[in-house]
Amino acid sequence: MDGFLLLAFLFLVAGVVAVPIASRLGLGSVLGYLIAGIVISPILGWLHVDVVSIQHFAEFGVVMMLFLVGLELEPRMLWNMRNKLLGLGGLQVSVTAALVMAVAMALGQSWTIALAIGLVFSLSSTAIVLQTLNEKGMMKSDGGQSSFSVLLFQDIAVIPMLAFVPLLALPELQELAAAAHGAADEGHASLSLVDRLAGWQRALLTVAAIAFVVVGGSVLTRPLFRFVAGARLRELFTATALLLVIAIALLMVVVGLSPALGTFLAGVVLANSEYRHELESNIDPFKGLLLGVFFITVGAAIQFDLLFSNLAEIIGLTIGLIALKVAVLYGLSRIFKIGGADRWLFSLGLAQAGEFGFVLLSFTVASSVIPPALAERLMLVVALSMLLTPALFIFYEKWIAHRFVSAQDQEPDEIDETGKVIIAGHGRFGGIVNRILLAAGIPTVVLDYRSEQLDVLRAFGVKVFFGDAMRPDLLHAAGIGEARMLVIAIDDKDSATELVHYVHQNYPDVYIVARALDRHHVYELYSAGCRDIIRDTFDSSVRAGRSALEALGVHPYDAERQVRGFVLNDQDQMLSLASSYDPGIPAHENEEYVRRTREYLDRYADVMRGNSAAFATRLDRGWVPPTLDDVEAETTKDTK
Amino acid sequence: MARLIVYFAHPGHNYSHVNQSMANVAKNVDGITFIDLYADYPRFDINVDAEQERLLKHDVVLLQFPLFWYSTPSILKEWQDIVLEHGFAYGSGGERLAGKTMMLAVTAAGPEDAYARGGFQNYPLREFLRPLEQTARLCGMRFTTPYALYSALKAPLVGEVAPHADGYRRLLEAIRDDRYDWVAAERNDVLDYNTLTIKEEG
Repeated sequence: MDGFLLLAFLFLVAGVVAVPIASRLGLGSVLGYLIAGIVISPILGWLHVDVVSIQHFAEFGVVMMLFLVGLELEPRMLWNMRNKLLGLGGLQVSVTAALVMAVAMALGQSWTIALAIGLVFSLSSTAIVLQTLNEKGMMKSDGGQSSFSVLLFQDIAVIPMLAFVPLLALPELQELAAAAHGAADEGHASLSLVDRLAGWQRALLTVAAIAFVVVGGSVLTRPLFRFVAGARLRELFTATALLLVIAIALLMVVVGLSPALGTFLAGVVLANSEYRHELESNIDPFKGLLLGVFFITVGAAIQFDLLFSNLAEIIGLTIGLIALKVAVLYGLSRIFKIGGADRWLFSLGLAQAGEFGFVLLSFTVASSVIPPALAERLMLVVALSMLLTPALFIFYEKWIAHRFVSAQDQEPDEIDETGKVIIAGHGRFGGIVNRILLAAGIPTVVLDYRSEQLDVLRAFGVKVFFGDAMRPDLLHAAGIGEARMLVIAIDDKDSATELVHYVHQNYPDVYIVARALDRHHVYELYSAGCRDIIRDTFDSSVRAGRSALEALGVHPYDAERQVRGFVLNDQDQMLSLASSYDPGIPAHENEEYVRRTREYLDRYADVMRGNSAAFATRLDRGWVPPTLDDVEAETTKDTK
Repeated sequence: MARLIVYFAHPGHNYSHVNQSMANVAKNVDGITFIDLYADYPRFDINVDAEQERLLKHDVVLLQFPLFWYSTPSILKEWQDIVLEHGFAYGSGGERLAGKTMMLAVTAAGPEDAYARGGFQNYPLREFLRPLEQTARLCGMRFTTPYALYSALKAPLVGEVAPHADGYRRLLEAIRDDRYDWVAAERNDVLDYNTLTIKEEG
């Protein structure tokens, strides 16, 4: 227990200190974790901590990451980007892998090892690149979109690679491993069902397991989540999400498949589920923490004595690798007509090796494909190339981007940003907003936390995600960062106000339309920062008033103008009071507020007593005819 | 029996003396259709299909309105814009109104002599009504001489409202009963209650 606490303390301190510093320096979180690992590695060595076994545990973060990648991949979206994905991504991976393999063979490696190295080095760092592109706001550019396609293809390609790598195993390394880890393997074998089965049985079981994940994912999860949602306990949902991922990973281990493949599949199956954002927000922190631990262990495992004793060789290999990847990417960008500065962003941004390279390398060692001593050097190359990535981005920004500014003005970027709208609450209010937006062809993401409501809506083919919009992580997963607008249609007054406050503070670019439940609520929403406030019964009351006037014999057009005048007056009044309202001071102690209210009431009383024109005055002006004097003027002028 | 439809458009009918009286008269003429556009469409969401249906069921379309800025009140312009649709009223396949008649009943605030070359308004009244005249022609409709009242604001003071409204009633009934002399009407630029070309009964 003490040892565990000490270790957790060490990892957390290292991460908490190093990552914010790295982020501030523009290096990104992955490098922060790596540096943290490098810093604590002497302490870990001194404590005799088994870094490698922690790393194996932390690799579960990769499994979770692939689950999340799967969740992001709606089949439709995949289909839309198929050309870039397969063409650009496929060529990048295969050409890079082939060239690296050729170089490795030229340097004297056997073809199996060379191929494994090629695969490892063909990958780039999703974590670093996506984060950097998002931070710098380059994600929507042509270069950013192409980079995303390639990274996505790589993330998916990792899965077949993980399946393929063991086939490259070297017999002599396998024997060595068997001798060293005999005891451990026995323990492993007890988990695996398939070892004692014949080939056809094994194949059958594998197919059955995958079918179970696909079918179970689409059929069983819904009742399960509904059952859990019934308890209305947030942590229970987190537990269920974790259980889901672990269960699938376990099932895959049992049938001898890659857990990453299984969870990825499950993710894709659940990508269309209304629980998708809830799952994402629950799993994401675990993924982040575990990946953090993983990167720390990678940093801690960097052997500096090895680096310094082979400094020239490793730096030479790193620079060679980056140059080779840049050349391949540059060539592809010409073929796929990525122009101007985007071409350089694409070529330089993806030139590093990535975190999946670490995963694949440790996997190749475990599968006896690459000898450990070589793998350690390659690890250094991967880490160094990642460490150099921020430098490449800085190089791009300082030396390349501005040279293309004028060129970019001439060929406008492809605009594919439609800007979605998030709707919190899909009841009688949010539902209508959603129908109107969808009918106008505007994509919406609807959040509601009543699972009964979801069932009803699904029956009518309306797509709504389960989740409480009050949770920042869920809002984030729903895409508030890229959203153009948030419509708040939830029933609870205080929650709505709090939500306005949070989004207004943290995402000032998101336009907020909020539903107010009464006059007082309008003032609260206004002071929380919302400037588009809709009172939920106001319009219907106005219409009822208009109907009453019409039924009393008022001409329909007069009734219309009367209520229009009323609405305009009331809105002016509302705005005036809202801007003097201060949530910190009780209304009756707020002098300005009291003064304005009394002014309004006096004016209103005048109108009611008939001392002033009715509300319609402002609209009536257009219909006042000229006076007789004007007509006289026409006559007199005529006679002159 | 000619089938007659009267479209009445006056947004400020509370201020109106002449048009309101005319509307009250028209409402009470049997056997014709009377539409108060501002009452039927206070929010301007004119039902195109229903209005086209209505036009097809009538032979004479009479638009009654006060002259606002040398044109119609806005809802009547909206009505023209969306009801006189391409393919219905004009253009290829748009001959559904051909052979019908369009007539106007307008009131003008200014005196008759202001509506002349060199006068205060500088043009005769008919000049300001040319857009509607050409609209009718484009639709293949006959545009007939308008029934007009000048100095409409002064009318209540000089006792002109009642005779003008009564002339309006006689006009509507004559059209309804096929006693209106369309050919004789053409001889004048505008008509008033003294110059209406109504044939004697029988």
